[in-house]
Amino acid sequence: MTPYLSLSVWVPVVAGLAVLAIGRDRDAGIARWIALAGAIAGFAVTLPLFFHFDTGTSAMQFVERSSWIPRFDIWYHLGVDGISVLFIVLNAFTTVLVVWSAWEVIQTRVAQYMAAFLIMSGLINGAFAALDAVLFYVFFEAMLIPMYLIIGVWGGPNRVYAAIKFFLYTLLGSLLMLVALIYLYGASDTFSFLEWYNLPLSLRTQVLLFVAFFLAFSVKVPMWPVHTWLPDAHVEAPTGGSVVLAAITLKIGGYGFVRFILPILPDASRYLSGFVIALSLIAVIYIGFVALVQADMKKLIAYSSISHMGFVTLGFFLFSPIGMAGGLAQMLSHGFVSAAMFLCVGVMYDRVHSRQIADYGGVVNTMPKFAAFMMLFAMANAGLPATSGFVGEFMVILAAVGVNFWLAVLAATTLVLGAAYTLWMYKRVIFGAVANEHVAGLTDLSSREFWLLATVAAAVLLMGVWPKPFLDVMNASVVDLLAHVAKSKL
Amino acid sequence: MELQLAPILPEIVLLAAACVVLVVDLFLPDAKRHVSYWLTQLALLGTAWLVLATASQDPVRAFGNMVVDDMVADLLILFSLVAVSLSLFYGRHYLVARGLFRGELFVLLMFAALGMMVMISASHFLTLYLGLELMSLSTYALVALHRDQAAPAEAAMKYFVLGAMASGLFLYGVSMIYGATGALDVDLVMQATMAGAGNRTLLVFGLVFVLSGIAFKLGVVPYHMWIPDVYHGAPTPITLVIGTATKLAAFALTLRVLARALAGIEFDWQGMLIVLSLLSMVLGNVIAIAQTNIKRMLAYSTIANMGYMLLGFLAADAAGLSAALFYAVTYVITSLASFGIVLLLTREGFEADSLDDYRGLNQRSPWWAFMMLLVMFSLAGVPPTVGFYAKFAVFEAAINAQFLWLTVLAVLTSVIGAFYYLRIVKLMYFDEPVDRSPLEANGDARALLSVNGLALLALGILPQPLMGLCAIALAQSQFH
Repeated sequence: MTPYLSLSVWVPVVAGLAVLAIGRDRDAGIARWIALAGAIAGFAVTLPLFFHFDTGTSAMQFVERSSWIPRFDIWYHLGVDGISVLFIVLNAFTTVLVVWSAWEVIQTRVAQYMAAFLIMSGLINGAFAALDAVLFYVFFEAMLIPMYLIIGVWGGPNRVYAAIKFFLYTLLGSLLMLVALIYLYGASDTFSFLEWYNLPLSLRTQVLLFVAFFLAFSVKVPMWPVHTWLPDAHVEAPTGGSVVLAAITLKIGGYGFVRFILPILPDASRYLSGFVIALSLIAVIYIGFVALVQADMKKLIAYSSISHMGFVTLGFFLFSPIGMAGGLAQMLSHGFVSAAMFLCVGVMYDRVHSRQIADYGGVVNTMPKFAAFMMLFAMANAGLPATSGFVGEFMVILAAVGVNFWLAVLAATTLVLGAAYTLWMYKRVIFGAVANEHVAGLTDLSSREFWLLATVAAAVLLMGVWPKPFLDVMNASVVDLLAHVAKSKL
Repeated sequence: MELQLAPILPEIVLLAAACVVLVVDLFLPDAKRHVSYWLTQLALLGTAWLVLATASQDPVRAFGNMVVDDMVADLLILFSLVAVSLSLFYGRHYLVARGLFRGELFVLLMFAALGMMVMISASHFLTLYLGLELMSLSTYALVALHRDQAAPAEAAMKYFVLGAMASGLFLYGVSMIYGATGALDVDLVMQATMAGAGNRTLLVFGLVFVLSGIAFKLGVVPYHMWIPDVYHGAPTPITLVIGTATKLAAFALTLRVLARALAGIEFDWQGMLIVLSLLSMVLGNVIAIAQTNIKRMLAYSTIANMGYMLLGFLAADAAGLSAALFYAVTYVITSLASFGIVLLLTREGFEADSLDDYRGLNQRSPWWAFMMLLVMFSLAGVPPTVGFYAKFAVFEAAINAQFLWLTVLAVLTSVIGAFYYLRIVKLMYFDEPVDRSPLEANGDARALLSVNGLALLALGILPQPLMGLCAIALAQSQFH
């Protein structure tokens, strides 16, 4: 059997190393083409994971297992279920977009830029596929290094602050998680976390472990009030960095909730669900208002990401199949939509070198094709039916109605707020009279940009119109996950 | 009784070689100094090979149990000798440029190495003390080698005064232990303490003094005052020896005294180590943030790292000790690379020890910037570098020994520590270079340093061989 999972981890890493070894700054073209080839190869090896996936079972598939560090009984153990497989494909897809989007934009140290993204892509796939806690942790932490460099080297004026803040926030959370992982190893004599699903733990222990895991993953998601690194990181990161941050690395936080917190600590999860739901609603509503007043487009989208991710955690902690699947669908959709929004801002930034909403106005007059694409993505961000953004939000609200009507009402404010901040920004940037000579001098999309945005647009529409294939893949795993959550471990 | 020379054959060879170099060097003109250099390298590496070649399955004791040749000793001696040898390789152009490439240096280094070997394989308090003094006196002189400059002379003076006091404390403690147990043989002391014999008050007093001496040699808070000054003032290759090889010798000292001789009063020294470890982690990491000199920063980083190592030690079981051993060995590999890169950037009249000297290193030389990146992330304990597994192993041992809250504190301090390591990466990658001079180091130094740096990554991807070796060595040497 072909080890597709290992390939999806190591093909991008090897391609990244090849770019580093061969690429020279003087002749950046070679680095770009190798990187694109590597990204496409990396995407190609993940496709069998999706198409050969058996939707009838919740068991791990494409499993690979070999001894790695026998001293602590640590295994190189990979496998995917319906939850993780989609994110691996999404990540590999995003990597292609990122490499492609950086084509002419990045002119300094091209080889290092491309290599950082490719290596990070492999590490992220590793985190989604790992079934051994230490292996997961290694990938989870290692991906900070390339992201730190991406923000710091190719970022904006305040990049150093943003990069260090990003790194330290995440490191603090994840080191406490390491303590929790080692504690669980002590209690079970194994790092294979699937076995922890059946490990009995007292409520006190579960709550303490919950705190440790929650810190790690809530920083990553990010949830209010530990979200403050995200706007900084997004604003300063280059377009590709923002795309990967929003589309992929935030999802690892959400993935951590469903892979670790809910099934390993079911009693603590139920015990503290009110707390998590409250934080999620604050993220949805308060951060929605914060997004409304932003003057910087990237910051606005960053806050909108936090708000959307609040929907994800809300869906998870309602403990119903539709809420859980809704949260996952919302993560997938947000992967496409936030990537698209950041790419759109990147397109404008490359021309005008400003992200301020006030510096634009009437862009539709000079960039009609671009305006059409951005319209679609803005609508998707606002959760318009027939776009991918609608599916997850609708499912989560549906699940919330089942729990408590007023909860659903509060959650549903996102539909109003999301539309308000996204469309108001769209109106100010795109419509109206041509605001200044910069806008007047804009040129419409190049063919590279056109096809880049068209690819994402196709994905957004496909998932919005026909979400069934995605939902089918995750269905069995969601049912199994909820069975674990329902079972007390006391 | 038959005289058993086999267990100390490597020591004898190194001693003889040191004498030969001393004599040969007298007859060499300055232009031929490299002959002594290569003879020294040959002696160090030859001795290392001999240690490997004479390694035995079971511990061999000789001279009425004055020395023991076990796997832990072999492992630590091997790494110490390689560390001394690499310090010379990395520092050659530095030493030549400053007129320090002289016979004294080679002979003193070999005597320091000999002292370490005696100390590491000692199984008797007097042999331990003998080795400790031989090593210490040689390193005091090495620090002062650049004698016409103020900073090294000051550093050497501080090192000597404080070091002599620490030796005195150690010896005083040993006398009390002798008074309490009537023995100086490590194994006999262990039997006595395990059996609960002797005056316990006297024994614990002895422990306090002995531990003070050990803490000084390890450089943990509050016995750390000398570390930043000596690291900063000493010629960088000598800093490298003090930061690596002598740490391994001090580790052996800790192992023989605490984990073996005083195993019977484990609870007493565990409590003391908790304080030492916690203070070192906090103070080392916090003060390192304020440093603008990389040698001082690495000095405080050493203090913090010794704190983490003690975390494994205070777990005091097989897993903890092997985690501590693994930590010590990987720390030495990492330190070798860090100071190696500092040395690589030096040239005549330029010490490359200010943090600003690392600005934009990625644009000057992506390869060395990458190597330094590996070093920094390894020190910060970020995977996939070997530093992560070192921290992982000590955390695991500490949590397993019920020191959960201490581990949580350790984790928090390591986040503080990550800040200043990240700052170096920031300087190298995010900033524009100030200095664009080409690098001057010799080809062999570059090649070895590359191997050294990549070892951090290779051991980070496959840590099992070294980790397993540490566990086997401790089991064979009968610590617990």
